[in-house]
Amino acid sequence: MANLVFWVIVGLTIGSAVIVVQSKKLVYSAYALLFTLLGVTGLYVFLWADFLAVVQVVVYVGGILVLIIFGIMLTNKITSVNISNTSVQKSIGSIILFVFIAGLGFMVAKTPWVSVANSEPIQTTETIGRLLMIDYLLPFEVASLLLLGALISATTLSRKDD
Amino acid sequence: MDTLTNYLFVSVVLFSLGLFGVITRRNGVAVLMGVELILNAANLNFLAFARFGGMNMAGHVYALFVIVLAAAEAAVALAIIINIFNNFKTINIDEVSELKQ
Repeated sequence: MANLVFWVIVGLTIGSAVIVVQSKKLVYSAYALLFTLLGVTGLYVFLWADFLAVVQVVVYVGGILVLIIFGIMLTNKITSVNISNTSVQKSIGSIILFVFIAGLGFMVAKTPWVSVANSEPIQTTETIGRLLMIDYLLPFEVASLLLLGALISATTLSRKDD
Repeated sequence: MDTLTNYLFVSVVLFSLGLFGVITRRNGVAVLMGVELILNAANLNFLAFARFGGMNMAGHVYALFVIVLAAAEAAVALAIIINIFNNFKTINIDEVSELKQ
Protein backbone atom coordinates (compact mmCIF):
# COMPACT_ATOMS: atom_id res chain seq x y z
CA MET A 1 0.00 0.00 0.00
CA ALA A 2 2.73 2.43 0.97
CA ASN A 3 4.53 1.37 -2.19
CA LEU A 4 1.54 2.34 -4.33
CA VAL A 5 1.19 5.70 -2.56
CA PHE A 6 4.88 6.38 -3.11
CA TRP A 7 4.70 5.82 -6.86
CA VAL A 8 1.48 7.84 -7.16
CA ILE A 9 3.24 10.75 -5.44
CA VAL A 10 6.28 10.37 -7.71
CA GLY A 11 4.01 10.39 -10.76
CA LEU A 12 2.15 13.48 -9.51
CA THR A 13 5.42 15.33 -8.85
CA ILE A 14 7.06 14.60 -12.19
CA GLY A 15 3.88 14.89 -14.24
CA SER A 16 3.01 18.32 -12.90
CA ALA A 17 6.67 19.42 -13.21
CA VAL A 18 6.41 18.59 -16.94
CA ILE A 19 3.29 20.78 -17.13
CA VAL A 20 5.15 23.60 -15.32
CA VAL A 21 7.83 23.77 -18.00
CA GLN A 22 5.61 22.85 -20.97
CA SER A 23 2.25 24.60 -20.61
CA LYS A 24 1.44 27.39 -23.04
CA LYS A 25 -0.54 29.31 -20.43
CA LEU A 26 1.31 30.89 -17.54
CA VAL A 27 -1.50 30.46 -15.00
CA TYR A 28 -1.63 26.71 -15.71
CA SER A 29 2.12 26.55 -15.03
CA ALA A 30 1.59 28.25 -11.67
CA TYR A 31 -1.16 25.83 -10.65
CA ALA A 32 0.90 22.83 -11.81
CA LEU A 33 3.74 24.15 -9.63
CA LEU A 34 1.33 23.85 -6.67
CA PHE A 35 0.97 20.09 -7.28
CA THR A 36 4.71 19.66 -7.80
CA LEU A 37 5.41 21.30 -4.45
CA LEU A 38 2.75 19.20 -2.73
CA GLY A 39 4.22 16.04 -4.29
CA VAL A 40 7.69 16.95 -3.03
CA THR A 41 6.09 17.46 0.40
CA GLY A 42 4.76 13.90 0.22
CA LEU A 43 8.26 12.63 -0.58
CA TYR A 44 9.56 14.54 2.47
CA VAL A 45 7.05 12.63 4.60
CA PHE A 46 8.37 9.35 3.15
CA LEU A 47 11.87 10.55 4.09
CA TRP A 48 10.80 10.98 7.75
CA ALA A 49 11.20 14.77 7.58
CA ASP A 50 7.98 15.82 9.30
CA PHE A 51 9.07 19.34 10.29
CA LEU A 52 10.43 20.16 6.83
CA ALA A 53 7.26 18.84 5.17
CA VAL A 54 5.21 21.36 7.16
CA VAL A 55 7.74 24.13 6.44
CA GLN A 56 7.56 23.26 2.73
CA VAL A 57 3.76 23.64 2.71
CA VAL A 58 3.81 26.88 4.71
CA VAL A 59 6.69 28.62 2.92
CA TYR A 60 6.44 27.31 -0.65
CA VAL A 61 2.71 26.82 -1.13
CA GLY A 62 1.61 29.56 1.27
CA GLY A 63 4.31 32.09 0.48
CA ILE A 64 6.32 31.68 -2.69
CA LEU A 65 3.50 30.35 -4.87
CA VAL A 66 1.14 33.16 -3.81
CA LEU A 67 3.97 35.62 -4.54
CA ILE A 68 4.44 34.11 -8.02
CA ILE A 69 0.70 34.33 -8.78
CA PHE A 70 0.75 37.98 -7.64
CA GLY A 71 3.73 38.52 -9.94
CA ILE A 72 1.76 37.05 -12.86
CA MET A 73 -1.23 39.30 -12.14
CA LEU A 74 0.85 42.46 -11.69
CA THR A 75 2.85 42.00 -14.90
CA ASN A 76 -0.06 41.33 -17.28
CA LYS A 77 -3.29 42.91 -18.22
CA ILE A 78 -5.88 41.41 -15.89
CA THR A 79 -8.46 41.28 -18.68
CA SER A 80 -6.39 39.06 -20.95
CA VAL A 81 -7.45 35.50 -20.22
CA ASN A 82 -4.74 33.68 -22.16
CA ILE A 83 -1.48 34.99 -20.80
CA SER A 84 0.89 33.57 -23.36
CA ASN A 85 3.96 31.77 -22.16
CA THR A 86 5.87 30.66 -25.21
CA SER A 87 9.15 28.79 -25.25
CA VAL A 88 12.20 29.28 -27.42
CA GLN A 89 15.01 26.92 -28.46
CA LYS A 90 12.98 23.86 -27.59
CA SER A 91 15.20 21.51 -29.62
CA ILE A 92 18.41 22.55 -27.85
CA GLY A 93 16.58 22.54 -24.53
CA SER A 94 15.30 18.99 -25.13
CA ILE A 95 18.79 17.78 -26.02
CA ILE A 96 20.18 19.29 -22.80
CA LEU A 97 17.25 17.80 -20.83
CA PHE A 98 17.92 14.27 -22.07
CA VAL A 99 21.69 14.58 -21.70
CA PHE A 100 21.26 15.64 -18.07
CA ILE A 101 18.69 12.95 -17.26
CA ALA A 102 20.78 10.23 -18.94
CA GLY A 103 24.11 11.38 -17.51
CA LEU A 104 23.00 12.02 -13.95
CA GLY A 105 20.74 8.95 -13.99
CA PHE A 106 23.63 6.77 -15.16
CA MET A 107 25.80 8.23 -12.39
CA VAL A 108 23.11 7.56 -9.76
CA ALA A 109 22.56 4.01 -11.00
CA LYS A 110 26.25 3.09 -11.22
CA THR A 111 27.51 4.55 -7.94
CA PRO A 112 27.65 2.03 -5.05
CA TRP A 113 25.87 4.12 -2.42
CA VAL A 114 26.59 3.32 1.20
CA SER A 115 23.38 2.84 3.20
CA VAL A 116 23.54 3.16 6.97
CA ALA A 117 20.97 1.26 8.99
CA ASN A 118 18.72 3.58 10.97
CA SER A 119 15.37 3.73 12.68
CA GLU A 120 12.52 6.17 12.31
CA PRO A 121 12.80 9.05 14.81
CA ILE A 122 9.85 10.00 17.01
CA GLN A 123 10.05 13.60 15.77
CA THR A 124 12.71 15.77 14.17
CA THR A 125 11.74 19.23 15.42
CA GLU A 126 13.64 19.08 18.69
CA THR A 127 16.87 17.89 17.02
CA ILE A 128 16.65 20.60 14.34
CA GLY A 129 16.08 23.23 17.03
CA ARG A 130 19.10 22.08 19.01
CA LEU A 131 21.29 22.06 15.90
CA LEU A 132 20.12 25.56 14.92
CA MET A 133 20.83 26.95 18.38
CA ILE A 134 24.18 25.23 18.95
CA ASP A 135 26.00 24.00 15.85
CA TYR A 136 24.49 26.32 13.25
CA LEU A 137 23.94 29.48 15.30
CA LEU A 138 26.01 31.76 13.03
CA PRO A 139 24.30 30.68 9.75
CA PHE A 140 20.96 31.03 11.54
CA GLU A 141 21.70 34.67 12.49
CA VAL A 142 23.09 35.41 9.01
CA ALA A 143 19.86 34.01 7.52
CA SER A 144 17.84 36.42 9.65
CA LEU A 145 19.98 39.33 8.38
CA LEU A 146 19.50 38.08 4.82
CA LEU A 147 15.72 37.97 5.25
CA LEU A 148 15.75 41.52 6.64
CA GLY A 149 17.81 42.66 3.64
CA ALA A 150 15.48 40.91 1.21
CA LEU A 151 12.44 42.48 2.91
CA ILE A 152 13.86 46.02 2.70
CA SER A 153 15.21 45.65 -0.84
CA ALA A 154 12.01 44.11 -2.23
CA THR A 155 9.84 46.91 -0.83
CA THR A 156 12.32 49.59 -1.96
CA LEU A 157 12.56 48.16 -5.47
CA SER A 158 8.83 47.79 -6.07
CA ARG A 159 7.57 51.10 -4.67
CA LYS A 160 6.78 53.97 -6.99
CA ASP A 161 9.22 56.85 -7.19
CA ASP A 162 8.08 59.99 -5.41
CA MET B 1 10.43 1.96 -2.82
CA ASP B 2 12.69 2.48 0.19
CA THR B 3 15.94 2.83 -1.67
CA LEU B 4 18.17 5.86 -2.01
CA THR B 5 18.35 5.59 -5.81
CA ASN B 6 14.58 6.04 -6.24
CA TYR B 7 14.68 9.41 -4.52
CA LEU B 8 17.82 10.39 -6.43
CA PHE B 9 16.14 9.54 -9.75
CA VAL B 10 13.15 11.74 -8.89
CA SER B 11 15.58 14.51 -7.95
CA VAL B 12 17.49 14.10 -11.24
CA VAL B 13 14.29 14.41 -13.27
CA LEU B 14 13.12 17.47 -11.30
CA PHE B 15 16.51 19.17 -11.72
CA SER B 16 16.63 18.48 -15.47
CA LEU B 17 13.07 19.74 -15.98
CA GLY B 18 13.89 22.90 -14.02
CA LEU B 19 16.98 23.48 -16.16
CA PHE B 20 14.87 22.93 -19.29
CA GLY B 21 12.40 25.54 -18.05
CA VAL B 22 15.13 28.07 -17.28
CA ILE B 23 16.66 27.60 -20.75
CA THR B 24 13.52 27.63 -22.88
CA ARG B 25 11.10 30.00 -21.17
CA ARG B 26 10.78 33.60 -22.33
CA ASN B 27 8.59 34.90 -19.51
CA GLY B 28 10.55 36.03 -16.43
CA VAL B 29 8.06 34.56 -13.96
CA ALA B 30 8.22 31.18 -15.73
CA VAL B 31 12.03 31.23 -15.48
CA LEU B 32 11.60 31.78 -11.74
CA MET B 33 9.37 28.67 -11.58
CA GLY B 34 12.19 26.65 -13.16
CA VAL B 35 14.58 27.89 -10.47
CA GLU B 36 12.10 26.78 -7.80
CA LEU B 37 12.06 23.28 -9.35
CA ILE B 38 15.87 23.13 -9.21
CA LEU B 39 15.92 24.20 -5.55
CA ASN B 40 13.32 21.55 -4.70
CA ALA B 41 15.45 18.90 -6.41
CA ALA B 42 18.45 19.95 -4.30
CA ASN B 43 16.35 19.80 -1.12
CA LEU B 44 15.11 16.32 -2.01
CA ASN B 45 18.75 15.21 -2.36
CA PHE B 46 19.68 16.68 1.05
CA LEU B 47 16.81 14.89 2.77
CA ALA B 48 17.36 11.58 0.94
CA PHE B 49 21.02 11.49 1.94
CA ALA B 50 20.07 12.45 5.50
CA ARG B 51 17.52 9.62 5.68
CA PHE B 52 19.80 6.92 4.24
CA GLY B 53 22.97 8.20 5.92
CA GLY B 54 21.88 7.23 9.43
CA MET B 55 19.28 10.02 9.92
CA ASN B 56 21.94 12.72 9.96
CA MET B 57 20.00 15.83 10.95
CA ALA B 58 22.53 18.28 9.47
CA GLY B 59 20.89 17.59 6.10
CA HIS B 60 17.58 18.81 7.48
CA VAL B 61 19.17 22.04 8.72
CA TYR B 62 20.73 22.67 5.29
CA ALA B 63 17.38 22.02 3.60
CA LEU B 64 15.82 24.58 5.96
CA PHE B 65 18.44 27.16 4.92
CA VAL B 66 17.73 26.40 1.24
CA ILE B 67 14.03 27.12 1.83
CA VAL B 68 14.92 30.44 3.54
CA LEU B 69 17.15 31.43 0.61
CA ALA B 70 14.43 30.45 -1.89
CA ALA B 71 11.91 32.69 -0.13
CA ALA B 72 14.29 35.69 -0.13
CA GLU B 73 15.26 35.05 -3.76
CA ALA B 74 11.62 34.85 -4.92
CA ALA B 75 10.71 38.14 -3.20
CA VAL B 76 13.64 40.11 -4.66
CA ALA B 77 13.32 38.52 -8.12
CA LEU B 78 9.62 39.38 -8.35
CA ALA B 79 10.34 42.98 -7.30
CA ILE B 80 12.93 43.19 -10.10
CA ILE B 81 10.48 41.63 -12.61
CA ILE B 82 7.78 44.16 -11.67
CA ASN B 83 10.30 46.98 -12.18
CA ILE B 84 11.24 45.56 -15.59
CA PHE B 85 7.55 45.44 -16.52
CA ASN B 86 7.06 49.07 -15.47
CA ASN B 87 10.02 50.19 -17.60
CA PHE B 88 9.68 47.99 -20.69
CA LYS B 89 5.97 46.97 -20.64
CA THR B 90 7.05 43.36 -21.17
CA ILE B 91 8.76 40.69 -19.12
CA ASN B 92 10.00 38.60 -22.03
CA ILE B 93 13.62 38.04 -21.09
CA ASP B 94 14.96 38.11 -24.66
CA GLU B 95 13.35 41.49 -25.41
CA VAL B 96 14.83 43.14 -22.33
CA SER B 97 18.36 43.72 -23.57
CA GLU B 98 18.82 47.50 -23.28
CA LEU B 99 20.79 48.75 -20.30
CA LYS B 100 19.85 52.39 -20.88
CA GLN B 101 16.77 54.05 -22.35
